[in-house]
Amino acid sequence: MAVDITTSVPQKSSLAGSLLRGNAAQRILAFAALIILFVVFSLASPNFLQFNNIIGILLATAVNGVLALGVTFVITTGGIDLSIGTVMSFSAVMTAVFITFWGLPTPVGILGGILTGAVAGFLNGLVIAKLRIPPFIATLGVMYVAKGLALIISGLRPIYFNDAPDFRPVAMGSVIGAIVPGLEIPNAVLILFGAAAIAGFILNRTVLGRYTFALGSNEEATRLSGVNVDRWKIAIYTLCGLFSGLGGVLMAARLNSAQPALGQGYELDAIAAVVIGGTSLAGGEGTILGTIIGAFVMSVLVNGLRILSVPQEWQTVVTGAIIIVAVYIDIIRRRR
Amino acid sequence: MTDVLVLMEGIEKSFPGVHALSQCQFELRAGEVHALVGENGAGKSTLMKILAGVYSKDAGRIFYRGREVDIPNPRAAQLLGISMIHQELNLMPHLTVAQNIFIGREPRQRIPFVLDDKRINEQTRALLDRLHLKLDPRTKVADLTVAKQQMVEIAKALSFNSEVLIMDEPTAALTEAEIAELFRIIRQLRENGVGIVYISHRLDELKQISDRVTVMRDGRYIDTVETAQTTADQIIKMMVGRTIYEVMPELRDEPYSETVLRVSNLNRGRTLKNVSFELKRGEILGFAGLMGAGRTEVARAIFGADPVDSMDMWVMGRKVQISSPADAVAHGIGYLSEDRKRYGLTLSMDVEDNVVLGSMKRFLNALGIIKRSDTRVTVEEYVKSLAIRTPSIHQQVKNLSGGNQQKVVIAKWLTANTDILIFDEPTRGIDVGAKSEIYKLLNELARNGKSIIMISSELPEILRMSHRIIVMCEGRITGELTAAEATQEKIMRLATQREDTTTSPTEPVYA
Ligand SMILES: Nc1ncnc2c1ncn2[C@@H]1O[C@H](COP(=O)(O)OP(=O)(O)OP(=O)(O)O)[C@@H](O)[C@H]1O
Ligand SMILES: [Mg+2]
Repeated sequence: MAVDITTSVPQKSSLAGSLLRGNAAQRILAFAALIILFVVFSLASPNFLQFNNIIGILLATAVNGVLALGVTFVITTGGIDLSIGTVMSFSAVMTAVFITFWGLPTPVGILGGILTGAVAGFLNGLVIAKLRIPPFIATLGVMYVAKGLALIISGLRPIYFNDAPDFRPVAMGSVIGAIVPGLEIPNAVLILFGAAAIAGFILNRTVLGRYTFALGSNEEATRLSGVNVDRWKIAIYTLCGLFSGLGGVLMAARLNSAQPALGQGYELDAIAAVVIGGTSLAGGEGTILGTIIGAFVMSVLVNGLRILSVPQEWQTVVTGAIIIVAVYIDIIRRRR
Repeated sequence: MTDVLVLMEGIEKSFPGVHALSQCQFELRAGEVHALVGENGAGKSTLMKILAGVYSKDAGRIFYRGREVDIPNPRAAQLLGISMIHQELNLMPHLTVAQNIFIGREPRQRIPFVLDDKRINEQTRALLDRLHLKLDPRTKVADLTVAKQQMVEIAKALSFNSEVLIMDEPTAALTEAEIAELFRIIRQLRENGVGIVYISHRLDELKQISDRVTVMRDGRYIDTVETAQTTADQIIKMMVGRTIYEVMPELRDEPYSETVLRVSNLNRGRTLKNVSFELKRGEILGFAGLMGAGRTEVARAIFGADPVDSMDMWVMGRKVQISSPADAVAHGIGYLSEDRKRYGLTLSMDVEDNVVLGSMKRFLNALGIIKRSDTRVTVEEYVKSLAIRTPSIHQQVKNLSGGNQQKVVIAKWLTANTDILIFDEPTRGIDVGAKSEIYKLLNELARNGKSIIMISSELPEILRMSHRIIVMCEGRITGELTAAEATQEKIMRLATQREDTTTSPTEPVYA
C-alpha cells in the first residue's frame, strides 16, 4: 500500500526550503552576517583590522559570550533567565569580598565567585521547578535580588583588587603571548573559547544536554518518559548561573575591580547574541557555535560603528534593528 | 493457573469539580489482551494513568504480582515493568527517533553523564527491524507523519520489555496495514506472557484482538466479560447504560445541484498533484484514502493554512484567492483539524471561550462587548446536544478527556456557522453514542443547505455518510464514486492505485 516508511525526507522540499532548514542554516546566515560586517568595516576604516582593535573585539566578546553560553541552555529548554546580568555583578562583588576583604587566595576567590553564580542559578531553578513560577517572573525577581545584594554588600562602591596582583592577569594576562611573543591574546578570550568548548560538549554529548532539548521540545512528554524534570531544570538553571559567575570573575579581573552597579542590561545583550545565533526562544533548538557567532556579531557591530564614529545613540539603534532582522529571518525560515 | 499481574481495587480519583473514578477495579493477567472500554470521559485514561504513575490515586490499592505497590511517578512504573502509550502523542519533535525512544534511560559511556548515541542508534535499529519498521533512527521526529510518530511511540513502549503494556487508543492514527502489524506484535507479546491493556472505541477491533473486556461508565467499574462470549451490542449496552439505539443508515437527501466550491489545478510539491473537484450545496463529500494520501493537505490548502504551488478556487461561482485561514473563514469555509491539540483548541481557555472563539462577532453588542448570556446559551446547547462531559462550560479544555476535546472543536465550527465545512477525521477517538450524534448533526447540516467535506479513514463511516466519495492516493485523485456504486472494495482499490505501476497495489507495507 501507499505508505513509504523509508522516507525521512522533509515533506516540503523546495530548494530554498532545504537550504534554509535546520540550525545549520541560521548559523550560516549569522556567520555570513559576521563576515559581511567584517568586510564592510575593514573597507570603511583602516583602523578596524588593526591587531589592537581585533584584540579589543575579542575582549569585549568574552564577558557577553560567557553569559550567552549559559543562557543558551535555558533558552533551549524554552525558558529565559533575566538575572544573568546582575548575578554577574553580584558574583564579581563576592569575588572581591573573598579576595580583597577576606584575603583568601585568588584561586579560591575565583572559585567562590563562580559558585556564587551557581547558587543564584540554583535558586532560579528551585523557584521555577518547585514553586512553578514562570521563568520570566522568577528570574526577574532574582535579577532584582542580586542587584540589591551586590549594592548592599559592596556598600554602593566599587571594590578594587589592588592587594591581589595575580587577579587581573586572569583575564588580561596572556598565556599565549608568553609562548608566542607578539601574539598577546588575553586569557579572557581563551577562557571564552574554553568555556564554549565545554558548553558545546555538555549540550551535545551529555545527558544534561539531551534533557535540555527534550524539555524545550515537549516538557510533558519528557516527564511522562520518566525523566525527573524538576531536578534537571534546576541543574540547567544552575549551570546558567555558573556561567554568569564566570562572567563576573572575568568582568572583575578585566576592570581590576568589582562594579556593583554594572550588570543590568548585560542579560539582554546575551539573549540577543543567543537569538542571533539561531537558538529558538520557543525551545528545542539551540547551538553553542551559533551563540558564539551571535556574540561576535554583536561586538563587531558595536566596535565597527564606534570606529566609524557613529554616535553611541545610533549604535544602539542599529543594534536593535539588527536583532529584529536576525529574528525575522529565523521566523521566515521556520515558516517553511 | 493464570497469573494475575495487576490488581487494582477501590480506586478513587477526583479532579477539581470532577469525580473521575469511584470504587474502580481492574485485573490484568499475564498473557492476555484486556480491552478497556467506555464512553468519552468514562475514566479509562485516568485509571490507566494511575497505574502508569502519571496521576496519584486518592484511595484504593494496587497489587503487582500479588504485592501491594505504590507508583508515585512514571519512572516507578517503568521500574516495575509497566509502560504506557498515551492517547495523545508524547514525543519530543526536535529529537531523533532513537533519542526519543531512549529518553530518560540513555546508555552512558564510562564517563558519567556522557551519552553514547551510537549505541542507541544501533539498539533502535534492531528494535525497529524487529517491528518491521523501516525508519532511520536518526530521523527527527518532527519530520515524520503522525502515523509514523505513533509507531515510534509503540516502539518506545516495547523497548522497555515491560510485563504490562498499556495502549490508550493506539490505532487512532494508523492505517489498516499498520493496525494489522500492530496486532501481529500484540499477539506475539501475548504469547510471551505480557499483559496488555487495550483502550479503543473501535468495537470491531476488540473482537479481533482482546481476550477480556472491562467496561467503565461514569467513572465506575461496570463489569469484566470474556470477549468471545459477548456481543458488541451487549458491550455497547453496558457502556451507555441504556438499550442500544438502532444503528440504521441515516436518510440522505439528494444534494442541490448548485456548485458552492470548485477547486482545480491544486498542486503542492510532491504531496498534491493536480487535484480538482467540486462540492455542491447540501452535499456531504467524502474523501477516502490511506493515511498520507494527501487528504489533509487538500483541506489545509483550501483553508489557506499551507502555501501551495498552484490552485484555482471558486466559491459560489466567484473566483477567490485564499492565502490565509482568515481569508477562508471570510469566504465561509471552516476547517475542523485532525490534530485538535495543535490546531483546533486553545487548551488553557475554557469550553465556552473555545466554542465561541471563531465567531465572536456574532456575540457582540453595539458597544463591542461580548454578550455573555448569549454565548452561555449557545455553548450550553452544544454541550447538551453533543454530550460533552464537563463539570461546567467554564472548565479548561485541557482537563477534558480526549474525546470530549474533539467534541468541543466540533461545537466551535458548528457555532461559526460557515457554509462550507471541512471535517478531518471528525469521529476519531469519539465513543459510539456521540458518534451517531455527530452523524445526525452532519446530516442535519447538509439538509439545511451546508456543504460538507468529510475526510475519514474509516470506510464504513465514509460509506454511510457521503453522497459522493473522492478517493485519493499519493497526492492524486484516483477516482470518484457515487454513494450508490461505492463499496469498500472499490474504495480500497482506488486508494492503492499508485502512479508507479511497477509496484503492485498488494505489496505489503512493511516488507
Ligand atoms: N487533569 C484533569 N483535570 C481535571 N479533570 C480531568 C483531568 N483529567 C481527566 N479529567 C476528567 O476526568 C474524567 C475522565 O477522563 P478520562 O480522560 O479518563 O476519560 P476517558 O475514558 O479516557 O475518555 P476518552 O475516551 O474521551 O479518552 C473526564 O470527565 C475528564 O474531564
Ligand atoms: Mg482517554
